[in-house]
Amino acid sequence: MTLGTKSEAPKTRGPVDSRGYRIFRVVNTIVLIGVVIVTLFPFLNIVARSLSEEAYIIAGKVTIVPRGFDLTAYKLLMSDAMFWTNYRNTVVYTVVATLISIVLTTCYAYVLSKPQLKGRGFLVGVALFTMFFSGGLIPNYVLVTSLGMKNTIWAVVIPNAISVFNLLVMKAFFESLPTELEEAAAVDGLNTYGILLRIVLPLSKAIIATMVLFYAVSFWNSWFTAFLYMDQQDLLPVTVYLRNLIAGATSAESAAADADKVQAAATLQAVTIVLTTLPILAVYPFVQRYFVSGVMLGAVKG
Amino acid sequence: MTSTLRPPPPAPPRAPAEAARPAPRSPRRRRSWRQALRRDWQLYSLAIVPLLFFLIFRYLPMIGNIIAFRRFKPGGSIFGEYWVGLRYFRMFFNDPTFWEVFTNTLVLGTLTLLFCFPLPIVLALLLNEVRARRFKRFVQSVSYLPHFLSIVIVAAMVMQLTSIGGAANQLVQLFGGDPVAFLQQPGWFRTIYVSSEVWQTVGWGTILYLAALTTIDQDLYEAARIDGASRLRQTWHVTLPGIRPTMMTLLILNIGSFMAVGFEKILLLYNPLTYPTADVISTYLFRMGFQSSNFSYAAAIGLFEAVIGLILVLTANLISRRTVGTSLW
Repeated sequence: MTLGTKSEAPKTRGPVDSRGYRIFRVVNTIVLIGVVIVTLFPFLNIVARSLSEEAYIIAGKVTIVPRGFDLTAYKLLMSDAMFWTNYRNTVVYTVVATLISIVLTTCYAYVLSKPQLKGRGFLVGVALFTMFFSGGLIPNYVLVTSLGMKNTIWAVVIPNAISVFNLLVMKAFFESLPTELEEAAAVDGLNTYGILLRIVLPLSKAIIATMVLFYAVSFWNSWFTAFLYMDQQDLLPVTVYLRNLIAGATSAESAAADADKVQAAATLQAVTIVLTTLPILAVYPFVQRYFVSGVMLGAVKG
Repeated sequence: MTSTLRPPPPAPPRAPAEAARPAPRSPRRRRSWRQALRRDWQLYSLAIVPLLFFLIFRYLPMIGNIIAFRRFKPGGSIFGEYWVGLRYFRMFFNDPTFWEVFTNTLVLGTLTLLFCFPLPIVLALLLNEVRARRFKRFVQSVSYLPHFLSIVIVAAMVMQLTSIGGAANQLVQLFGGDPVAFLQQPGWFRTIYVSSEVWQTVGWGTILYLAALTTIDQDLYEAARIDGASRLRQTWHVTLPGIRPTMMTLLILNIGSFMAVGFEKILLLYNPLTYPTADVISTYLFRMGFQSSNFSYAAAIGLFEAVIGLILVLTANLISRRTVGTSLW
């Protein structure tokens, strides 16, 4: 908001701003502040609700300031064993899935990045086509079940192992590496695996970090595959726990009933949202710029 | 393994007369494949597992779509029991619910396209005019944030915001209205869906445009200014053409996902009361498949949806290539 005065130093856009443009800039700033407020409001609202007493929430008195400060719902959720089991599942699924995805994506992207490779066009096509046409829900379901992956971690991890978008981002990055290094290594007697492991990967830390983030976030956030393929509650990730909570049929709900604290429904939901979002919000400031550069890399055109 | 990479099987042995004078092209091609394999086999070997992944988990389900033409029994063969031809397709063409969900898909798809495509461009243009670096970065960071949330969390937030004691109703009451059960009313579903979609995607969508904006040649602005162009005209004649390839690419991609409107979010947000406006092809398919166990029927619907999606992308891409020269491939 100090910006009105701060930004007076014109650099690139000519010496004099017309009056109309100055007005525009003020309006622009206001609009952007509006965007910030609208974006942040739901977050603040949820946090406030999670810390409030249920009665105030039902009365519609909680906006962004907690009313009747109350941590019962936090305690209730913290003591729900199923919540922690599901939370742990999410962590395990995310780690395993990300590992597999990174290995597969790196291998394929590296192969695709070799312009002189015979059959490369075909290999690219195989991946690209799946972006525009897919088998659909039912055939996928039938396949995964008949492979016996139901109620196993593999149903979550394997069928989504490669994201074509990520693949293209990584391919673009590998293509931008100088080929001389690899040629020199080949002359020195390194084979392809050696070149990939000892030359290319050490140079690709940035892109691998980006890919880890992309995959980890998408696996952390996913719910539908687990919802579809898992019918044992102790196998579910926390996202499905939350889904069941908002659909009005899950353990914390019954835990609430057991504990004779039935009133806590709305607060409980808010608390679950807060706790599920927390890890993302915690790492977000640190990883944000990687995401941005990763997307831009992808934009270089696959 | 590597055989998947070879062109069609080796040519059958030729008649002796021909063998004397081999066709010029095919042997050379074959030999060069052999050479490529000998030279690059290590590289090819890296592609085997990913290729298997694509074949099994992407292409096999495509083939699996033939259960749309066959009678499927749960627990039976994944390709169904016997042929029934177009029976399931005729079934949904005669199904009034199908046409209702088809219309809903078109409406929600169009609304999403109408808002979620242009708004990132507007936001990127506005951000581009900000000179205070810190403020710009702050707005960007905040606007990307919702992109990282799980759909479940977004849905849960929407439910909290629109609940009777939620923020939306506080606003309604502020203006003297009575609380509305937003998620129970078909009339509100589209608004809720589209606005939450905008909330979640708009900031993320600006990234590519902001990247594209930085590549525009500053001399063009200089030239335009010398020609007496106002800011608005500079935007119109320099900025917008400058980001047109990005715009077209994203437009084509958006059109490609037109039919697959936010399946997961709708599944989380809708309920039988809002079916009249909220139920879309994919959610109907989901219910048909998993609640009514009518797998073949659901597969037929899914195939229809996927084919329309494919046609849309191909058409959009073709039009784009013909008119502005931008194309996805």
